[in-house]
Amino acid sequence: MKAIITVIGKDKSGIIAKVSTRLAENDINIEDISQTIMQGFFTMVMLVDISSNKLEFNAFVADMKALGEEIGVDIYAQHEDIFNSMHKI
Amino acid sequence: MINNNEILETINMVRDEHFDVRTITMGISLLSCIRDSAKATADAVYDTICKRAQNIVKVGEELSEMYGVPIVNKRISITPAAMLTANFQGEEIILARALDNAAKTVGVDFLGGYSALVHKSMTESEKSFINSIPEVLATTDKLCSSVNVGSTRSGINLDAVKLVGEIIKKAAALTADRDGFGCAKFVVFCNAVEDNPFMAGAFHGIGEGDTVINVGVSGPGVVHHALKNIPNADITEVADVIKKTAFKITRVGQLIAKEAAKRLNAEFGIVDLSLAPTPVIGDSVGHVLEEMGLETVGGHGTTAALAILNDAVKKGGTMASASVGGLSGAFIPVSEDIGMIESAEAGILTMSKLEAMTAVCSVGIDMVAVPGDTPATTLSALIADEMAIGMVNSKTTAVRVIPVPGKTVGEYVEFGGLLGRAPIMPLVSSSAEKFINRGGKIPAPIHGNKN
Repeated sequence: MKAIITVIGKDKSGIIAKVSTRLAENDINIEDISQTIMQGFFTMVMLVDISSNKLEFNAFVADMKALGEEIGVDIYAQHEDIFNSMHKI
Repeated sequence: MINNNEILETINMVRDEHFDVRTITMGISLLSCIRDSAKATADAVYDTICKRAQNIVKVGEELSEMYGVPIVNKRISITPAAMLTANFQGEEIILARALDNAAKTVGVDFLGGYSALVHKSMTESEKSFINSIPEVLATTDKLCSSVNVGSTRSGINLDAVKLVGEIIKKAAALTADRDGFGCAKFVVFCNAVEDNPFMAGAFHGIGEGDTVINVGVSGPGVVHHALKNIPNADITEVADVIKKTAFKITRVGQLIAKEAAKRLNAEFGIVDLSLAPTPVIGDSVGHVLEEMGLETVGGHGTTAALAILNDAVKKGGTMASASVGGLSGAFIPVSEDIGMIESAEAGILTMSKLEAMTAVCSVGIDMVAVPGDTPATTLSALIADEMAIGMVNSKTTAVRVIPVPGKTVGEYVEFGGLLGRAPIMPLVSSSAEKFINRGGKIPAPIHGNKN
């Protein structure tokens, strides 16, 4: 099972480090990562494999959100199917 | 991998444009619950609903978290209740209380289907059932009620139209302390659909299976935003952009509906891709029409703009879901749409224009507050007009109108939440009493006879 993690917020040092550390702690493997500055905001998108995730999906979503609050950015974790459904036929 | 722009587009729809799945509605057949007494039937109904829908709220919340899309309501629709109460006329309230209790036990927001289908004629038990509606609306919290009084195939049952006008007045009187709130939970239909997930008109049709999941998606804000990006496009391109947007939001409905059906051990029914506004700024169908180039919704051009919107939504959505149904189109409830409220306040949106708009959109005269002293026959006449539009155009039309006790034009009614607020709109004072009191049936149009 795969999920997309999106981080949006003001750019600062250590965002990628903090997010990827948390993912590693939960046995979540990062398969793809890209980051850019869009409309003045730091935007990072990660494709992650959550098959061996230690957390239930809902707990994982909450954990990512809480981490975002800690860092001062918005972090969304969503099942990849929402994007596949909307953007692929 | 999906590209970043697409990911951000999806996130922005939820974050900034009020995109939501409005409802997961579980349709439950209660035909197996009919017993020989009101109490035994009510008990069977309560048990059946509590068993089949026990996980609907939990599953709704799980899916909302998993996909990052709000699922605003979880609802239940049932077999039209008048089919369950034929054996115990005068005791319908016992069933109604059991339904309300079941809805509260499983934690859903609404339960629809306290309904009767009398488009051709009424049995004695159906008359008794319809007469129970005002008390049910006044004394239950979760129940929604509807009556189908006409169809393209059978014509319009004018006796039923007359009766429901009186029912609306009674429901308003019994809930006078809440500005006639009971009427906000009651809809009169022509060509009612069997798989509508939206309230107040949802019921689980008799052609349906045991347990079905129908999902209603919304997203006027998303369409509005998409149109803001093409301020100078011609109207063909406008229609095309609406189509593409409707496609995307319906795909989400399809995903949620399939997954919800799987987890709830139910059949996947339909996705209803209705643009359902809320009173929040940025979630208005009226403002979508204004974005298309109208100074104010309700002005000349509104009917044409709405026709484009309604058609494009259907076309985009149809391709996006394996099974599209329900009402699918654009809703134009007055009290629930900030653009419509403002236009009605300014006196631009009138009842006549609303009526014209209903000829090209997916429902009808919806959530309109009118003076409390409006005679029942005038309400019936307003309903008859609306039903005639539905009957002749082979489409669903509906009336949900609130004659607000003790209030008149210039005053407001405030229902709060999704139901919003509305200025009392003036009706024409000319009487239709004689026409309504004739009773009988309005014959079906010739094109209704398609065999």
